[in-house]
Amino acid sequence: MAAGALARGYDPHLTGLADAGHEGPAPKRIVTGFGFWIFLLSDMVMFSCFFAAYAVLLGQTAGGPTGAELFNLRNVAVETTCLLLSSFVCGMASIAADVSNHLWFQIAMAVTCVLGLAFLTIEFREFSDLVARGAGPSRSAFLSAFFTLVGCHGLHVSAGILWLLTMMAQVFAKGFRADIRRRFLCFALFWHALDIIWVAVFSVVYLLGSAA
Amino acid sequence: MSELHDVSHRAELAPGDVDVSVRTRVLGYLVGLGLAVLLTATSFFVAGTDLVWQPSIPVAIIVLAIAQMGVHLVFFLHITTGPDNTNNVMALAFGLLIVFLVIGGSLWIMANLNHNMMPMDQLMQMQR
Repeated sequence: MAAGALARGYDPHLTGLADAGHEGPAPKRIVTGFGFWIFLLSDMVMFSCFFAAYAVLLGQTAGGPTGAELFNLRNVAVETTCLLLSSFVCGMASIAADVSNHLWFQIAMAVTCVLGLAFLTIEFREFSDLVARGAGPSRSAFLSAFFTLVGCHGLHVSAGILWLLTMMAQVFAKGFRADIRRRFLCFALFWHALDIIWVAVFSVVYLLGSAA
Repeated sequence: MSELHDVSHRAELAPGDVDVSVRTRVLGYLVGLGLAVLLTATSFFVAGTDLVWQPSIPVAIIVLAIAQMGVHLVFFLHITTGPDNTNNVMALAFGLLIVFLVIGGSLWIMANLNHNMMPMDQLMQMQR
């Protein structure tokens, strides 16, 4: 590791002078990946605001139902399984993209898409069931915060599925060009980051909600 | 392909990058999936069980969640502590700082306000 750093020029203050004449700017895909990573982090900061609102409003049920009375952990377990598996299969699609294997890429993306749609279907049924039982977002501050937080994650998954289908079409039509690869790198990061958010959602909202 | 394996010209890694064979990469994702499933199953088990001391359950769930986020970061997003990944880790550290400030700060301030506020029935009487 140290030897590698020395070979590239030891540059503790990041002046860039040690590398002068040896290396140009970082390749475009690295800049793109880094930029998208910054976007993902800002997205996580946005989610942290929703989590803070949810945690503050947790007790404000206005005489309505609490989380423990509403949540069905079996549903949540199935949703979690769908998202975890889809993240894994998305990883397989990244590998297929890197070795330029069209068939496996399309298969893995299709499976990822089906798992994501299964997640969305279960979540949509849960929401409509809650609204039908009179526990919609307007019932209490707690439920408003719940629908905002979980619904925002659901919206991200929906956007991710649209992006996924776009990537399938683009790879099908244009092949594994460098720009398409960069877009796919960003998509894979987005999809894995959604999983991280979901881990926080099922732990904080559902598990803590039904344990308390 | 050539771009992927051309390590000598690469200054650093984008998040999600790794330079190894397909077999090793599949294995990496499998390990990540295994760990994630294990942690998820544990937290669902802990949430529903009577076997452990009840007040420890929320703490256990939070710790398991943080561990699982770490697993996802390392095995799926490939954010590692390698020298090539410094920029990504620094950005992550800053993101975490903001997340903790927002969540911790909100909870702290709101709990303090709640604590200092008069009970609602007394407040209503004063307004009459």
